[in-house]
Amino acid sequence: MTIDRVVSPAHRAIEVLGDEPTESTLKRYLDGIPGVDGVGLEQRAAALGTRSIKTTSKAWALDRIIGLIDLTTLEGADTPGKVRSLVAKAILPDPADPTTPQVAAVCVYGDMVPFAVEALGAAHTTGSGEGIQVAAVATAFPSGRASLRVKLADTADAVAAGADEIDMVIDRGAFLSGRYGEVFDEIVAVKEACRRADGSSAHLKVILETGELSTYDNVRRASWLAILAGGDFIKTSTGKVAPAATLPVTLSMLEVVRDWHRLTGERIGVKPAGGIRSSKDAIKYLVTVAETVGEEWLRPELFRFGASSLLNDVLLQRQKLHSGHYSGADYVTID
Amino acid sequence: MTHIAVPKTYKLFIGGAFPRSESGRVYEVTTPRGVFLANAAQASRKDARDAVVAARAAVGGWAGATAYNRGQVLYRVAEVLEGRRTQFEDEIVRQEGVSVSAARAQVDEAIDRWVWYAGWADKFAQVAGNANPVAGPYFNLSVPEPTGVVAIVAPQDSSLLGLVSAVAPALVPGNAVVVVASERHPLSAITLAEVFATSDLPKGVVNVLTGSPAEIAPWLASHADVNALDLVGASGLEWIDLEIAAAETLKRVLPPEEGPDAAAPALARIQALTETKTVWHTKAML
Repeated sequence: MTIDRVVSPAHRAIEVLGDEPTESTLKRYLDGIPGVDGVGLEQRAAALGTRSIKTTSKAWALDRIIGLIDLTTLEGADTPGKVRSLVAKAILPDPADPTTPQVAAVCVYGDMVPFAVEALGAAHTTGSGEGIQVAAVATAFPSGRASLRVKLADTADAVAAGADEIDMVIDRGAFLSGRYGEVFDEIVAVKEACRRADGSSAHLKVILETGELSTYDNVRRASWLAILAGGDFIKTSTGKVAPAATLPVTLSMLEVVRDWHRLTGERIGVKPAGGIRSSKDAIKYLVTVAETVGEEWLRPELFRFGASSLLNDVLLQRQKLHSGHYSGADYVTID
Repeated sequence: MTHIAVPKTYKLFIGGAFPRSESGRVYEVTTPRGVFLANAAQASRKDARDAVVAARAAVGGWAGATAYNRGQVLYRVAEVLEGRRTQFEDEIVRQEGVSVSAARAQVDEAIDRWVWYAGWADKFAQVAGNANPVAGPYFNLSVPEPTGVVAIVAPQDSSLLGLVSAVAPALVPGNAVVVVASERHPLSAITLAEVFATSDLPKGVVNVLTGSPAEIAPWLASHADVNALDLVGASGLEWIDLEIAAAETLKRVLPPEEGPDAAAPALARIQALTETKTVWHTKAML
């Protein structure tokens, strides 16, 4: 997926900051962002989670959820065979029902990208938005504890191997110490490393790892920072830290995306990842997206679920809707 | 100060907890003469779904426990049941309108039957399994394994004994159970659930639903994650339709039984809810 931006990251940061993005200007800007009303945020998220979505709306929601999933395997024990079976599931999630939509992307470690690309074959995206994307986690995922040189090489490797999207992690240590400039520069550098030889660029998702950021204020600041530095997507979590994605955190990130859209007209994507296992939870996220940034965000270019076990639950719900009786784990694959 | 009686809220038993029905519904339980006794939860299809999820989660641990351990846990249920006998007698008298001595006899019979089944836990495999003679240097062993999640429609005209007679044999080989209690006499079922909850039985191994079997049973019969359907108390329902629905997912089905010998204690009831696994194993080089 390649979206050419009107302005480069540095330019949009300068426009918003009113100055060159340096440690001190970033600090002044981010620390000047008003704090989050945590109680209000949680209440709003809880209220959005009470919507009852039934029958035809539910059928629509289930199919849309599948189309928004980044089907993920990020285990130390991953093998090319595991990736191939993941890809097979991404292409045909429910072999018993060919009308099931395909997922948006498969998300793997960088060294597994060639196997994912090969397994996808003709199902791999052609760049026009059709087909399944290959997303790779990079920059010493999940901790991000490596030198910048290693992180950039990690990114460039994955892009060269055919990754369409890069999921990078920010340096939470630097962020929490208040070294915003360092985090900013790193995102800009990784963004640069996403560039391909032909001038196009892999999509960059910036993982904030909200479970380590402690406060909603930090989540809001990190979201602004990631967007200012040129992230195409902001993503909640690696899935390796608890708590992973929660509805209030995702809501606060969506609010930043909404504000950014009002400010600049640019649309930034959001990807909650980790801990979303049931269709019911996923539907709550759809409602939150639609109510916060609008229904136009409910497409794979702007919203994703990072998940592995969610897909099976959605398929079970889908089978229930179509057959009229409850389905069971024997009727979906073992992941 | 005068004592004000505190009436008990009879709720469902799902996954080791006592939730109200997801639907919020209750129905009135009365004596045979129509005097109000209590409100019981009226389970919905979603409660049945939740119960199956709880049972599925429990079946691995219960089936994986040693037969000896399962027997001990079941025996412990009988111990706790014994300690609560006056409560059961009282509830049976009020629900069924029988005499105290008849109620006492029913509780005796229920406890005896539970102990009888508990005893089979580490013995039935010796009877139901076999070392098969084969022409070759192999051991050939057939062993019974639990079927999995068993949905039961409990006998409808008995408060305690019928329920015990249907649930105990399913538990012996290591199945997890979702049981729809007697619609008219659900109070003993929930009190029995309190016994389960306090007697080392892992949560989710038994799940008790009260309400209308006619409403809940079709959802259990067609549920793809239920492995067996015991219709012992379903003679008043459209049970042929239930059997047809169960056949869609190749469930084991036990037919309705009526009369005084319904669900009589039998090894066959245990075996009916097992699968036979046969393994070949080479004989050691001597």
